[in-house]
Amino acid sequence: MRWLRKNLVVIAGLLTLAYMILPNIVVMVFSFNKPNGRFNYSWQRFSLDAWKDPCGVADMCESLSLSLQLAAWSTVGALVLGTMIAFALVRYRFRARGAINSLIFLPMAMPEVVMAASLLTLFLNMGIELGFWTVLIAHIMFCLSFVVTAVKARVMSMDPRLEEAARDLYAGPVQTFLRVTLPIAAPGIAAGALLAFALSFDDFIITNFNAGSTVTFPMFVWGSAQRGTPVQINVIGTAMFVLAVLMVVAGQIITNRRKKTATA
Amino acid sequence: MSTTTLTKKEGAAPVEEPVLRKPSARKRLVPYWLLLPGIIWLLVFFALPLVYQASTSVQTGSLEQGFQVTWHFQTYWDAFTEYWPQFVRSLLYAGTATLLCLLLGYPLAYLIAFKAGRWRNLLLVLVIAPFFTSFLIRTLAWKTILADDSLVVDVLNALHVLDVTSWLGWTEGERVLATPMAVVCGLTYNFLPFMILPLYTSLERIDGRLHEAAQDLYASPATTFRKVTFPLSMPGVVSGTLLTFIPASGDYVNAELLGSTDTKMVGNVIQSQFLRVLDYPTAAALSFILMAIVLVMVTVYIRRAGTEDLV
Amino acid sequence: MTDKTAHTGKNTGGGDVRLTGISKAYGSFNAVHPLDLTVPQGSFFALLGASGCGKTTTLRMIAGLEDPTTGTIHLGDTDVTDLPPYKRPVNTVFQSYALFPHMDISENIAFGLRRRGIKSVKKQVDDMLELVQLGDKARHKPHQLSGGQQQRVAVARALINHPQVLLLDEPLGALDLKLRRQMQLELKRIQTEVGITFVHVTHDQEEAMTMADQVAVMNGGRVEQLGAPADLYENPQTTFVANFLGTSNLIEAEVLETGGSDVLVTAGGGKLRVPGDRCTSAVRQGGKVLVGVRPEKISLAHADDAGSIADGRNRVTGRIADSSFIGVSTQYVVNSPAGAELQVYEQNIERDTRLVPGAEVVLHWNPAHTFGLDAAQDIDAGVETVEDAG
Repeated sequence: MRWLRKNLVVIAGLLTLAYMILPNIVVMVFSFNKPNGRFNYSWQRFSLDAWKDPCGVADMCESLSLSLQLAAWSTVGALVLGTMIAFALVRYRFRARGAINSLIFLPMAMPEVVMAASLLTLFLNMGIELGFWTVLIAHIMFCLSFVVTAVKARVMSMDPRLEEAARDLYAGPVQTFLRVTLPIAAPGIAAGALLAFALSFDDFIITNFNAGSTVTFPMFVWGSAQRGTPVQINVIGTAMFVLAVLMVVAGQIITNRRKKTATA
Repeated sequence: MSTTTLTKKEGAAPVEEPVLRKPSARKRLVPYWLLLPGIIWLLVFFALPLVYQASTSVQTGSLEQGFQVTWHFQTYWDAFTEYWPQFVRSLLYAGTATLLCLLLGYPLAYLIAFKAGRWRNLLLVLVIAPFFTSFLIRTLAWKTILADDSLVVDVLNALHVLDVTSWLGWTEGERVLATPMAVVCGLTYNFLPFMILPLYTSLERIDGRLHEAAQDLYASPATTFRKVTFPLSMPGVVSGTLLTFIPASGDYVNAELLGSTDTKMVGNVIQSQFLRVLDYPTAAALSFILMAIVLVMVTVYIRRAGTEDLV
Repeated sequence: MTDKTAHTGKNTGGGDVRLTGISKAYGSFNAVHPLDLTVPQGSFFALLGASGCGKTTTLRMIAGLEDPTTGTIHLGDTDVTDLPPYKRPVNTVFQSYALFPHMDISENIAFGLRRRGIKSVKKQVDDMLELVQLGDKARHKPHQLSGGQQQRVAVARALINHPQVLLLDEPLGALDLKLRRQMQLELKRIQTEVGITFVHVTHDQEEAMTMADQVAVMNGGRVEQLGAPADLYENPQTTFVANFLGTSNLIEAEVLETGGSDVLVTAGGGKLRVPGDRCTSAVRQGGKVLVGVRPEKISLAHADDAGSIADGRNRVTGRIADSSFIGVSTQYVVNSPAGAELQVYEQNIERDTRLVPGAEVVLHWNPAHTFGLDAAQDIDAGVETVEDAG
């Protein structure tokens, strides 16, 4: 009983973790399922069919590649615009600071469906054809605020004396930025990039409103929830999960090793 | 340029020399050039659409004949009276999910921040890892987990939990899927990481010695938590609840995939009005009402919680 | 203060740092009032003052990191006022060092040379590492070094460029006391070795006095006094300098006689002599003057022995309020009719056991050690209070 009380937090925490991981396990297990009907919701029998032919479903891999491209371009766009804003906000004093801060905060404080619907009214009113470009515009818009927040946090903790030291040591403005500012701000920029990529890749609501007939991967999944879920969806979901975890683990090992050799 | 050393003011006398050097105009404009592209983007694709939406909401007409601004505010009243159950449901579901996220997320954030030791990084990865699988796929997995003859439902049934929940109106008979509970369960699941990460960030900043100091000053573990840990984690609680509540209130994916026609939230209505019924004024009005409700609630909440610096 | 160039032997005039009418204002706040200052080539020059006195701003203007509101800066004969920092032959050792965290030590040190397009830097970097005794740390990252080592890297990174002037902004502020003493000697050694002009900003008066050939004491954006450390200590011109550099006993007195070489004044019923040439302002009969004397110049005698004090010495009677034994000396606080809380430092040679709190005593000193200051200033200016300390 005392043991239970002492470890209550640990048990509760691990239960929550189980709750969070459970769907991933189900997704993984059901990627080896061979369903009877069109829907992959109940277990029938083990099969490797879907893994052998991941692109065997019409249009799925096309939508996946479209989503990856969208995420890549949204990341680039949001990163460039967001990093510039973050630097301006941290490094300079100027008028309308408060207004600009609110403009950046508001998209994060807005239910996605509101942004999605209002963007659609804009595009409809302007007579802009929905498709890849309208989705890209929307994704850059909502990723921007998150990039600004991530980069700002890093730049804020950066000692401005480092840049002064560079200028003092004969580095002009460009050299200072490339050799000192950028490398030191890199972790913040990387965090922003990762966030933007994930948000864009996984976005459904805003995309659903503004994509027209363009089908991204989340939209494909949504559609298949109505028409029938191919097992391949689970294969993609599992593969991405495993790949990402492996990358994180590899990154951790590399940094650990670097630390060790550096101190040796 | 920083002015780190000069904070104290001492005997300020007027400057005798009149020859002043002004910083060059180019230098002063730098911040504006940096801001310009991003801010224009937000103005055109975030702020301007809201204006368009406002105008759409007071238009009348039809898809065939086109819409005109007629200052028809009646749309708002009609939309609200027709869809108020969906509004109430949205706020109720989102609120419940937020509360559940806090209750479930806090122990895990606490565990990672203070008790995990060398497992800390692994646990953090596990919290973030689900993100890498599309949230729609994961939400569909709940259909399997909560299916009528699934292990989870059988266990809940055997424990008579479902009797209680169906008496409360959260579930129906021996079903969980297509009930409010399934929707709230999905919402909670989807937004848990958005609660845990800010909580963890603010918990991790707390100096462990504060716990020792509190216990040294005769505080029991429970009191230490109530008087020291929890107040210090308030910034995380505030931003976590906002990051959970705001998106949850406008969500329609969980209600669509895990719910039934009786669990439709306002997001579902906006979505179908906009994309299926094509009644733009009503959809715009609904969206505006939702925005207003959320903004007012968030503002009041932030005021009361007293943390203004969230970003 | 106008151009006061005290000569320090090496001065050739060609490479002096000359500030003319330089000032800095932030909005309506004047951080530095227009000041003229010449730092002789090859000297070790200290800017001393409490935080917020304008010393760092002055340094940053020399470095080019801050644009002066008015005035000009010359290095030798070249006007560098409008040159950006990366075009000035001046380098800075920053407060808390500002070492680039993403580069190792040798990359940090080579940074300046590389930016000037010098390709083969290996030999110079190695020499510099040797000079600061960090040869084995070349491949370490800054965070792997101790505070003292980081400090030496910062010096090496600046010195390798052979600047005309090396600026040091509180370079020892982050170090603990013992290490600070050690680094003071180290910096002094390096300066003598390389012969470059050092301009050193500090709030630590002991540090300024140990290291510098010349010290400019700054207060409220102005230079209060400039001179060699001993000169500043013995002949403070203002109450701020008298109190900020070491400790002074300042007694408010009335002038009785101004006839001879000494001025005769009265305070608390007693008479004191002040050498006329050590009074900073004109004294007239009946006027006020602040009489100053350093604590270590005063001898303490028990009231019973008052008769044995030699004639011609200044004397003040009082009662010991407090005494603290600190090894080499004992410090007494004495309340007297002439002034409250007078400080007396007595060498512990033969301790008089009667000198305990409550004892009636006579303070006496050679009148030549007395100085007179203008009475129309704050008697407590520059006294360190608890809030300022640290």
